[in-house]
Amino acid sequence: MLHTVNKSSFERNSLQSCLNTIDDTSVILFIEDGVINAANNANSSMIADLAANGRVFALQGDVEARGISSKLADNIKLVDYAGFVDLVVEHGTAVSWV
Amino acid sequence: MKFAIQVNEGPYQHQAADTAFQFAKAAIENGHEIMRVFFYHDGVNNASRFTLPPQDDRHVVNNWASLDIKDAEGNPELVVCVAAALRRGMLDESEASKNSIDGNNIHPAFRISGLGQLIEAGIQCDRLVVFGD
Repeated sequence: MLHTVNKSSFERNSLQSCLNTIDDTSVILFIEDGVINAANNANSSMIADLAANGRVFALQGDVEARGISSKLADNIKLVDYAGFVDLVVEHGTAVSWV
Repeated sequence: MKFAIQVNEGPYQHQAADTAFQFAKAAIENGHEIMRVFFYHDGVNNASRFTLPPQDDRHVVNNWASLDIKDAEGNPELVVCVAAALRRGMLDESEASKNSIDGNNIHPAFRISGLGQLIEAGIQCDRLVVFGD
């Protein structure tokens, strides 16, 4: 499954709800304000573990728009919109945490 | 692959409408089909033909229209939820005349229909992706 998160954890609990729910094969894509969760000072240890396994992505345009390109946490993979489409194709059901 | 998209937020208020459009555009450019985009809740405001952003800003409504998402008979597959639309003053010609209101504001690239269209899209498509706030 693909889980998209579009809010910062400073604003809402949607990332925590997502992390509490996902199974071992799911991947997370941060979009919109969700990319703030990909900054190295906002990062939880659970995200760091998932990222180390290549399971955390962030939408590049939204990362750049928020000025956090230079402070991304380790192992977070950047994708463009075509990469977003590929993730949806690859991972089946897409769940939007809002 | 066959996609359906659900948009729950209006244009210029939240990024969801822009993200959904960029996603739809990328899917089409990469050889996928967007069978239907369903506009629900405040998302119905994406369908107003009276939208006039400043010239140097993106035109969200025309962006949607430019995707030219239609069924085999040429009917628009940018579908606006009727209940969500009517309570926000979004009317097409038929709803306006039915309710004796002297104007309509749904862009011709969109059509008004019911929630069944969302369920049908969810059943018939390979993927349903939701964009909201």
